[in-house]
Amino acid sequence: MKKELKVSAIREGTVIDHIPTKSTFEVVDILDLRHHDNIVSIATNLPSKKDKKKGIVKVGGKFLTKEEVNKIALVASNATVNIIKDYEVRQKINVNVPDFIEKIIKCSNPNCVTNIEKNTMTKFYVLNKEPVKVRCHYCERDMPSEDIKLK
Amino acid sequence: MDFKKRDIISIRDFSKADLLHVLKTAKQMEKQKRNNLLKNKIMGALFFEPSTRTRLSFISAMEQLGGRALGFATSGVTSIKKGETLWDTIKMVENYVDVIVIRHHIEGAARLAAEASLKPIINAGDGANQHPTQTLLDLYTIQKTKGRLDGLHIGMLGDLKYGRTVHSLAIALSNFNDVSLYFIAPDALKMPKSYLDFLRERGVRFYETPDMMKYCSKLDILYVTRIQQERFPDPLEYEKLKGVYRLDSSLLPHIKRDMKIMHPLPRVDEISPELDKTGHALYFEQAANGIPVRKAILALVLGAVK
Repeated sequence: MKKELKVSAIREGTVIDHIPTKSTFEVVDILDLRHHDNIVSIATNLPSKKDKKKGIVKVGGKFLTKEEVNKIALVASNATVNIIKDYEVRQKINVNVPDFIEKIIKCSNPNCVTNIEKNTMTKFYVLNKEPVKVRCHYCERDMPSEDIKLK
Repeated sequence: MDFKKRDIISIRDFSKADLLHVLKTAKQMEKQKRNNLLKNKIMGALFFEPSTRTRLSFISAMEQLGGRALGFATSGVTSIKKGETLWDTIKMVENYVDVIVIRHHIEGAARLAAEASLKPIINAGDGANQHPTQTLLDLYTIQKTKGRLDGLHIGMLGDLKYGRTVHSLAIALSNFNDVSLYFIAPDALKMPKSYLDFLRERGVRFYETPDMMKYCSKLDILYVTRIQQERFPDPLEYEKLKGVYRLDSSLLPHIKRDMKIMHPLPRVDEISPELDKTGHALYFEQAANGIPVRKAILALVLGAVK
């Protein structure tokens, strides 16, 4: 198992592990990896002790920002983010859904001021982290995880 | 407690102590009809959506406190038509007035206005979301008629899905002890799950039924709402549900002698006028209570009373 994965080992970059299989390609989209010009390895439906099945995304030459990690938390709250330098894991970050989310998600209420008034930044309070449930700061609409759409 | 410069946007922002403080101030305001607490103060009434009761009662409240009011009653006369953003409109208006009352059909508009303005903003209704001064006057009315807010059995009937008054009232009542709520609505207009979850978290007892008669003998208050045509995405759905409940004298043998009927008005045909002269009708007094409550809010946020 370990040997097979070594094929796609990266020298510098980020490995996102323990992604729920249904969210693997969402992570690819969140990080806009279709346009990334370094190595990107995507694996899904891999066997996992923790979750039965999981996805892994490896991205060469990229270290995730806090905002990107927060976005991943919304679709993969149990993922781990490994920062790789010289083929070694230098830092392991457990993603964590923050208590307050700005900018990165869209309000599902079409009559919310954030969907109508130009240049309004979205803000959400996190009511529940597993499964994720948020409340819009403006229109006060509660959104369960299935309604959460990233901007 | 200092309300000076505070924005009044959502009933969720109020603690129990806040609610009681506003009600206490409203009681003082009711005793003294006219005074000069807000002399030389100007209220901007920005009504982007039509309103009769709320707009007129805010203007009357301001004038009874010796202040003045200016504004508009429809967005057709404003620069919004020319494409001006709400943010810019508020940034401009805040230079002309001391307090801004805003009603807007867009949900969250009042919260955004509060972020744009250094002057206090009072939400007079933002779409289907919040209308906090209505909730405060509802609480005031209940407290005035029953002498308390704890230990009451309160029914809410009609459109519990789209009706913002019942949503906010349920949230506000969750602050009080030993309150039981009875939600009476057809399946298509039931109280949304998010509010029921909230009540469960707060440990509030509640019951749901489509049958108006089921719990009516227990109630101290029955809060009736209109099935609001303008909130229905599908007109057919409205046609099916309008007129589903109609309160008339046939209800009288089944209710407590001191049960009171409330309604935020306007009513269509959900309460028969034959009930108006019974001791049960509280809706006109409820509308009148808008004045002392709005006077209290204006005087508090402008720092004229503490």
